Amino acid sequence: MSFDIEHMAVLARLKLTPDEKERLTDQMGTILAYIEKLNELNTDGVEPTAHVLGLSNVFRDDEPAEKPLADHNPISDSPAHNKGHYEVPKIL
Amino acid sequence: MHRSTITQARELLRQKKLSSVQLTEAVFARVDQVEDKVKAFVHLTREKALQQAQNADTRIAAGEDAPLLGIPLALKDLICTEGHRTTCSSKILDQFVSPYNATVVEKLHQAGAVIVGKTNMDEFAMGSSNENSYHHPTMNPWGLDRVPGGSSGGSSAAVSAHECVAALGSDTGGSIRQPAAFCGVTGLKPTYGRVSRFGLVAFASSLDQIGPLTKTVADAATLMNVIGGKDPRDSTSADVPLPDFTQALQKDVKGMKLGIPKEYFSTGGINPDVEKAVQEGIRTLESMGMQAVEVSLPHLDYAVATYYIIACAEASTNLSRYDGVKYGYRTEKSDNLVNMYENTREEGFGEEVKRRIILGTFVLSSGYYDAYYLKGQKVRTLIKQDFENALGQCDVIAAPVTPYPAFKLGEKLDDPLQMYLADIYTISANLAGIPAMSIPCGFAEGLPVGLQLMGRHFDEASLITVGHKFQQATDFHTKQAPL
Repeated sequence: MSFDIEHMAVLARLKLTPDEKERLTDQMGTILAYIEKLNELNTDGVEPTAHVLGLSNVFRDDEPAEKPLADHNPISDSPAHNKGHYEVPKIL
Repeated sequence: MHRSTITQARELLRQKKLSSVQLTEAVFARVDQVEDKVKAFVHLTREKALQQAQNADTRIAAGEDAPLLGIPLALKDLICTEGHRTTCSSKILDQFVSPYNATVVEKLHQAGAVIVGKTNMDEFAMGSSNENSYHHPTMNPWGLDRVPGGSSGGSSAAVSAHECVAALGSDTGGSIRQPAAFCGVTGLKPTYGRVSRFGLVAFASSLDQIGPLTKTVADAATLMNVIGGKDPRDSTSADVPLPDFTQALQKDVKGMKLGIPKEYFSTGGINPDVEKAVQEGIRTLESMGMQAVEVSLPHLDYAVATYYIIACAEASTNLSRYDGVKYGYRTEKSDNLVNMYENTREEGFGEEVKRRIILGTFVLSSGYYDAYYLKGQKVRTLIKQDFENALGQCDVIAAPVTPYPAFKLGEKLDDPLQMYLADIYTISANLAGIPAMSIPCGFAEGLPVGLQLMGRHFDEASLITVGHKFQQATDFHTKQAPL
């Protein structure tokens, strides 16, 4: 096992400080070593459980909700919006 | 008056010996008296609560009746309430105002409840002490230098300190039961799928469940009748008939089988005083005619590792939505989209949340998925099968809730693994999806101890029957925190 904090921070979109990187690398070492104990168990042929109730797809008709957010414009919740659009920094 | 249970208060309201406005004012007077010490709330909704109480009084005067009509309740601050802040005790949602009500909130309103305010929690429900709150820690009413537990520690402390008549919390790995045990109140985690999660801010979607924190099991039954049931807005809520849980209060426990899982007393380093209280609780249940049988849950020792893989994997996915674009906090420091995401999340999330996002990202990442995430899902199957086997031999399992009573603030803050191991007895129920309840069963070091009851899928009723009979025979749940 090699834990690469730089790579994980990129994947998780977290700009960690050097201090945090050091501490997290340390703590992940301890936590992952503890998790290794699962390897004591033979799980060959065991089906993985993603969901306890074994649900299947739930469908509904593609119709507007019974109670739409009538007076609420969700764009107004954005920390930066302008003329009904989300504002974000430049992408290119 | 603020010390009433739901059952007591409803009776007084029905007999018109008390008005909802009087009760609500008494609760706020209590809040004014003790909240400086306890700090259970993130925000109070005083004015709106008094309006709701007035409405309740009008309805009562008109002869109406409803299960929670006029009863002041508190909500953990990750349950959405329309037009009010829902912060999840996180900086990233600190100014977030929910545009809609969670289904449970709509149901509480229909049942006539008065909402006192939103309670503190560990950020995004990640923690076992409430110390991971962005706002402030909450103190245990039984010892102000002690944690109230977590993550629903604000709700358990508020109920214990009588700053509300009852509260809702959420439980992903023990977050209702552990704080209930630490604060000497009753806490019920329903079966996965029993209560709608619509409007509950997601932490780990295959484990999260909303449930009641109350002064008695009878009150938990009343709340379960209101909040349970299939919800078309939550596709994981189960289409299973909702019984009248208050009928379970009338049943007898004679002849019911009580499973005692030996591993819970040999694993996890249980404190001898906690063990003694739990064993005495089991003897009380036997003296009431329950038949104790030894059962085995052999994979207990693997539950914490399994849980932290699965919960963190799901959390890292769920929390990817906090990107500073659509709602919540956004950094001031950015000149392109990617560093806007990275800085927003770095500044907006606290340490524990980042730790879990990183762990979850790792176990899902290419090259490690099979070794960690898939392995965890397979062990989850083994844990689930353990409970199916054990609950084939008994009706209800009895066990400790926590290895020790409430620990001191700061005691485990620097050691995340030790903090995770505090949940060793509670997380299996979430992995298996079964209902589980904590009820007060004694004291250790002068602090409350919880007895955990676990049952079959959708059989909360048996937990309520056993828990209620226990509370009829004992008075631990009526003991008052020295505030």
